Amino acid sequence: MEDKFLSLFREQFIETDTAAINHDTEFRTIDEWSSLLALCVIAMVDEHYSVKLSDVDMKSCMKVADIYSIVSSRA
Amino acid sequence: MAYISGISYYTPQQVLTNDTLKEMYPNGEIDKAEQITGIKKRHLAARDESTSDMAVHAAEKLFAEHGIDRSTIDFVIVCTQTPDYYLPSTSCIVQNALGLATTTGALDINMGCSGYVYSLGMAKGMVESGISKNVLLLTADIFSRFIHPKDKANQIIFGDAASATLITALPGGFKLNDFVFGTDGSGAENLIIKEGAGKHFNKTFEERFDEYGNVLSDSYLYMNGNNVFSFTIQSVPVLIKQVLEKNRLELDNVDHFIFHQANNFILEYLRKKIKIPAEKFIRNIEQLGNTTSSTIPLAFKDAIDQQRFKTGEHVLLAGYGVGFSWAGATVTVC
Repeated sequence: MEDKFLSLFREQFIETDTAAINHDTEFRTIDEWSSLLALCVIAMVDEHYSVKLSDVDMKSCMKVADIYSIVSSRA
Repeated sequence: MAYISGISYYTPQQVLTNDTLKEMYPNGEIDKAEQITGIKKRHLAARDESTSDMAVHAAEKLFAEHGIDRSTIDFVIVCTQTPDYYLPSTSCIVQNALGLATTTGALDINMGCSGYVYSLGMAKGMVESGISKNVLLLTADIFSRFIHPKDKANQIIFGDAASATLITALPGGFKLNDFVFGTDGSGAENLIIKEGAGKHFNKTFEERFDEYGNVLSDSYLYMNGNNVFSFTIQSVPVLIKQVLEKNRLELDNVDHFIFHQANNFILEYLRKKIKIPAEKFIRNIEQLGNTTSSTIPLAFKDAIDQQRFKTGEHVLLAGYGVGFSWAGATVTVC
């Protein structure tokens, strides 16, 4: 499940070599990360997991795995 | 019964294109933002142009385009969150500027993205109860004046515009059916101009930056995009379901959907989530941006001009945003 999440997370990026993104990546350090990409991640989580992430949720996350842990606790 | 008998709109002359924004922010962000928001240009009010000026322009266009005798207007509603003054109401200024009879009732409705649908509901109630015969509903907002000059995120999204709609008891145009309203004031701080009104009277003009380097200031418009998006994708599908139930319609029975044109990312997400076919989903955000209270009448008017509506068809209107607030209704093409 966590690997599926990682693959969906990677799909949000257009310019980044996403093979380098893994569960422990601190996503804010990715050059392409932006407020728009944050929206894409919120949309992806809603679409695939029916979980609504708030701004506070996003701010509490550092790594990709942190987002997944919120998602899996609410899905 | 109450009917929308005509819609017109006004956009200010000055246009802010994405090319100009790219000169202001040359690091490629605008290209990406264009791709996601779907907005290529937006109109901005001139420095000496106010909300009442724009509302008056829209009303004059309505009178001219639909041959309306202004002496028949017995109530004017101005829906705005950027009024000329705290007091008097912008609607009083507009009544005088338009030369409407002094027997005309005038009222402001302080609502944004859901405001057009809310105001249509009020106008329908007034017409059907016999309080008024001909309600002139004006929406007008100048968000550009309240956006920090370096706030690229909001500069990309918002445009200025005004619309005018006549709601009357005379059959024709679009019959107003049943309405659904909703509110969640716990979201108030996600879309707000915090300073300058009663609670925080002094404008501090203090600046800070969000995690993406975008400038924030309580003296200007603030939008928490993540929370507004989360609210929207949660509340709008429920709203649509309730509007359909109240109007005893199935999704497939609706011929056209006119949603608040927030940005293309939200619109497309909602369209897919609610499973609305693309050809039924009216969009005009590309050339106008998000004009808050005016997006629905602007999209409605463009669709009328494109002759998209046939007699007997059902059109679903949905507004959602600042408040948080939402409203939906259907109209039937006469």
